[in-house]
Amino acid sequence: MALDKTTVANIAVLARIDVEEDRMEALAGELSGILNWIEQLGEVNTDGVAPMTSVADLALAWREDKVTDGGYQDRVLANAPEQQDGCFTVPKVME
Amino acid sequence: MTYLIEGETGTWEVVIGLEVHCQVISQSKLFSGSSTTYGAEPNSQVSLVDAAMPGMLPVINGACVEQAVKTGLGLRAKINKHSVFARKNYFYADLPQGYQISQYEQPIVGEGKLVLDMPDGSSREVGIERLHLEQDAGKSMHDQHPSKSLIDLNRSGVALMEIVSKPDLREPEEAGAYLRKLRSILRYLGTCDGNMEEGSMRCDVNVSVRPLGNDELRTRCEVKNVNSVRFVMQAIEAEARRQVDVYENGGEIVQETRLFDPAKGETRSMRSKENAHDYRYFPDPDLLPLEFDDAFVEKIRDALPELPDDKKSRFIADFGLTPYDASVLVVDQANADYFEAVADGRDGKIAANWVINNLFGALGKAGKSVGESPVSAENLGKLLDLLKEDVISGRIAKDVFEIMWETGGDPEAIVEEKGLKQVTDTGAIEAAVDAVIAANPDKVADVKGGKEKLLGWFTGQVMKSTQGKANPGMVNEILKKKILG
Repeated sequence: MALDKTTVANIAVLARIDVEEDRMEALAGELSGILNWIEQLGEVNTDGVAPMTSVADLALAWREDKVTDGGYQDRVLANAPEQQDGCFTVPKVME
Repeated sequence: MTYLIEGETGTWEVVIGLEVHCQVISQSKLFSGSSTTYGAEPNSQVSLVDAAMPGMLPVINGACVEQAVKTGLGLRAKINKHSVFARKNYFYADLPQGYQISQYEQPIVGEGKLVLDMPDGSSREVGIERLHLEQDAGKSMHDQHPSKSLIDLNRSGVALMEIVSKPDLREPEEAGAYLRKLRSILRYLGTCDGNMEEGSMRCDVNVSVRPLGNDELRTRCEVKNVNSVRFVMQAIEAEARRQVDVYENGGEIVQETRLFDPAKGETRSMRSKENAHDYRYFPDPDLLPLEFDDAFVEKIRDALPELPDDKKSRFIADFGLTPYDASVLVVDQANADYFEAVADGRDGKIAANWVINNLFGALGKAGKSVGESPVSAENLGKLLDLLKEDVISGRIAKDVFEIMWETGGDPEAIVEEKGLKQVTDTGAIEAAVDAVIAANPDKVADVKGGKEKLLGWFTGQVMKSTQGKANPGMVNEILKKKILG
């Protein structure tokens, strides 16, 4: 599967990554290469194999409905570049 | 009473589908052990999972799974014993993970149905497409700082059920009825408090229009986060009208997210969401499929309460109520319980009239719920007994009810104390009738001359002169006998 420059530009926007115009062509080639490499998996015959989401034979772990965490505003905000009144602050997002 | 829009080129029909996000009632969040309590100090109910710190892993809250299954059963929907969590990727300041853990191709609940109780007493069935579990996002506040938005993550990670209807709704009124019914079911089940003002139930509305008689589904627009039943109905009207205008002016509708402005009564495009539909869903590698067995489902089914539709049918069958009265009574479980206590061993229709017209009327005026009613169900029942046994007349009963409302008193004591017992003593009534006849000789002549309708006026006079205590049936009889012979 080959990606064109437009698709790469769109992926960059969605990922919030600032990509210079002159890097697009090279990135399109690299990403296409990765996709082609992964696509080799399609060559394996999986007839009669049930779809699986994990190689380990495990069941999802459930918890009880109990409050066991939280209550540490200071730790949550510890890495925030900016804060005010117990909140993170970010550049204004307005509709 | 179909809702149609008359345009310049013809008549248009509206197609509506609703996506309702319902906050699950649980102690802790969907994937972390922090608390869900509303209104706490900002960021005080946030675990490092909710804040999306690197290396943190989600672990599912079993109670939230039960709540989703319970709601699915309440919507008579297909329960999927195998479902899958997926990442819905989008960028927003109050979404620290950069994705919402949601369900996409394999939700926990599949197709179901909801019965609408329309104001005219009729019923309509609406399809439910699916219900899936997902995380709520944090909260952004835009009005606390001139150039910054403030982010509180207390809500981040709280469990939501997104309930999606099929595009089966055709009128704003139906959308309103859908939301009211859904809220009623959720409250009966105890899976969501249904409070739209506090945001524990939030609605996105999908609207498209098409020429009447046409079966195609045209491009729809999604109106986001409309936070009351009334605004949902207004948003649909405004958006449908806008789309008709666009088509009639030769334009095309672009699929987009819009925002309803209740002050202006219009919807406008949310440009920031232009790219938002590219969510790049994929199965969440941090979570194995969600699985449970039939026994898990059956245990929940066995504990379901009687739901509004069943209660409504029972009220119609057991108490002889009209579908409309029954649907009014069952909206709220506490209201229905009150009615049943009043109707127990009495005439159900009379009980329904008193509860709906007198009690709900007074409660509505006072802004109170049935739990705060000064008139207990037991006392209202006693009042109906006094009426039935002819101890008091219907008019006096209304007065007694008002006193009960003011004082919370026992009707028997009130009637006794105020001397309100109905006069059934023939002699006393005859005396009152004689007095009225003697005072109005011309009207007596009119009645004798054929104007029998005037007899009603005489009854009124006699009732007035006895302060409403005479038995109206006896008054009528005696009047007829005395005037017409």
